[in-house]
Amino acid sequence: MRQSYTERSVRLLGPKGWTAMLAFLALMLIIVPAMHLLAPPDSALHVSNYAVTLTGKIMCYAMVAVAMDLIWGYAGILSLGHGLFFALGGYAFGMYLMRQIGLEGNYHSALPDFMVFLDWKALPWYWQGTDNVVWAIVLTVGVPTVVAGVFGYFAFQSRIKGVYFSIITQALTYAAMLLFFRNETGFGGNNGFTDFKRILGYSITAPETRVVLLGLTALALAGTLLLGRWLVTSRYGRVLAATRDAESRVMFIGYNPLWYKLFIWTLSAALCGVAGALYVPQVGIINPGEMSAASSIEIAIWVAVGGRGTLIGAVIGAVVVNLAKSWFTVSFPQYWLFFLGFLFILVTLFLPQGIVGLYQKLTQRRTPDAPNAPAPTEATPSTPLTQEHAA
Amino acid sequence: MITPAIEDRPQWADASAGQARAVTPGALDIAHGVILYLDEISVSFDGFKALNKLSLHIDVGELRCIIGPNGAGKTTMMDVITGKTRPDSGKAFFGQTLDLTRLKEPEIAHAGIGRKFQKPTVFEQHTVFENLELAMKMDKRVWRSLFYKLDSEARGRIETVMEQIRLTAQAHRLAGLLSHGQKQWLEIGMLLMQEPRLLLLDEPVAGMTDDETMRTAELFVSLAGQHSLVVVEHDMAFVEKLGGKVTVLHEGSVLAEGDLATVQADDRVIEVYLGR
Repeated sequence: MRQSYTERSVRLLGPKGWTAMLAFLALMLIIVPAMHLLAPPDSALHVSNYAVTLTGKIMCYAMVAVAMDLIWGYAGILSLGHGLFFALGGYAFGMYLMRQIGLEGNYHSALPDFMVFLDWKALPWYWQGTDNVVWAIVLTVGVPTVVAGVFGYFAFQSRIKGVYFSIITQALTYAAMLLFFRNETGFGGNNGFTDFKRILGYSITAPETRVVLLGLTALALAGTLLLGRWLVTSRYGRVLAATRDAESRVMFIGYNPLWYKLFIWTLSAALCGVAGALYVPQVGIINPGEMSAASSIEIAIWVAVGGRGTLIGAVIGAVVVNLAKSWFTVSFPQYWLFFLGFLFILVTLFLPQGIVGLYQKLTQRRTPDAPNAPAPTEATPSTPLTQEHAA
Repeated sequence: MITPAIEDRPQWADASAGQARAVTPGALDIAHGVILYLDEISVSFDGFKALNKLSLHIDVGELRCIIGPNGAGKTTMMDVITGKTRPDSGKAFFGQTLDLTRLKEPEIAHAGIGRKFQKPTVFEQHTVFENLELAMKMDKRVWRSLFYKLDSEARGRIETVMEQIRLTAQAHRLAGLLSHGQKQWLEIGMLLMQEPRLLLLDEPVAGMTDDETMRTAELFVSLAGQHSLVVVEHDMAFVEKLGGKVTVLHEGSVLAEGDLATVQADDRVIEVYLGR
């Protein structure tokens, strides 16, 4: 029994995948922290604050991309509203960070500054208990789960599919953005939450806090990948892919696609919430801009660029596009959106399988007669994890 | 783990709807040796009588061919049996007790009637093995699927069916890469995985090569006995090879019934087929 369990774990990523995964974790948990904390700032080995924050931020985006790939690549559901779930997770944890400011805000009040500014006398009911980190974590996962669950139930129940579903998700995130822009909503209006001081009592800007957050994000990303891989190689994943390809046939052999779709949809939203919660303390701000239509579309572009239905492609796409974005917005800020649009058109026209598809094409051409018969239980339209994901 | 359809007690069995007589609720009763019984079924679409007092019965383990010119009502008859179309009048029973005119489509499928449509729809991005695995009769809720582990019994069943449909060598090929005939076999295999008592096959050899057609006939003959089969087909060589009883439909009712030679010698059948 134990043997087969080990076997299944090995097969989940393959030897190459596990090596890459461990290398990635070693890099993020040991090497980068050591280079950040121990190397003197003027040394060539020193990793700057900026680099640590950027790495952490991109890993959060990569998590969102994997969550997106689970529903888009494997269930064929294109969400253009995933920014909402990311932002909800971020806001939920942001509430905790706002409470951690304590009396150190500009107005030295127990209430967050924006509430003092609005002349509010007490915390609204939904802020109750947010000074408790456990409750904040529950909200982080719970709020996106409930929102996605309710929305998804009605959407899938009504058999809303394809482009209609995408448009509705886009409208949902837009509506939420308008709601969060209002000061009366109680989430800081268009400024959102910022000026965080502490997390669990530790200074949020301290190098030690940064590397801990970085490590947690790396673990969360690795966990998301493993969970995703486990899901898509299970019988559940095969039913899901079958639903994507021929839903009526799936119904005909006795499955109810509603629950299959709803499960992955809700899980995907919850993963986005976790990513959002990890993002906020590292980047130091959350505002309704995260719910804008463009942010959600960008998530889809990451996945398309990396390669849909591969999981690792989502990570690669998120890393490549966001590194390009960091460089562009510094060097040629006015051209970034043009470049993003151009990239999307280019990938859609010439690389329908994204970067991973291109890589597979190149390696297959080199070894045309490589035996490609997958093992009976793990054959899926997906590809095994390859070693690039330590990027 | 795998229970035959006749012993199943699905949740809808508690409702008294669907039973003419109270025997074992929801169970298939074939004590009289008849698995399907249609009595004076009529269906009309905007005044056009697709079925006109059609009466027909299929015995347990029988292999029956239904032939007839276009518009004779063959597909409508299948629709009535599977619950897709409700008859205007008449009775349709599965076994002695299950009233097909009152059950919903999934309930009928669950009770043990499997239908193969004309156009094969297999999961093209899945392998042959996976297609059969997905179709297997088992608990199909999300939670079970997440933690499902293929046991040797289930694997054995899939292998047996792959043997029957002659796709063992293609087990790990994507279904989308199979030939048209092989896809049809895979579809039949998926139907078999659901362990139906009665198989309805609508033009199963359409588009197959002669060789594939003959192999399909062999497969059906080997299935008769364990399953009851109703085959709608135009291909007379195929019908001859199957060798069972033949029913000729014409304008929504039975024109003639008997073995192929008898039916072919019938004057009315000749008239219908050759025109008047």
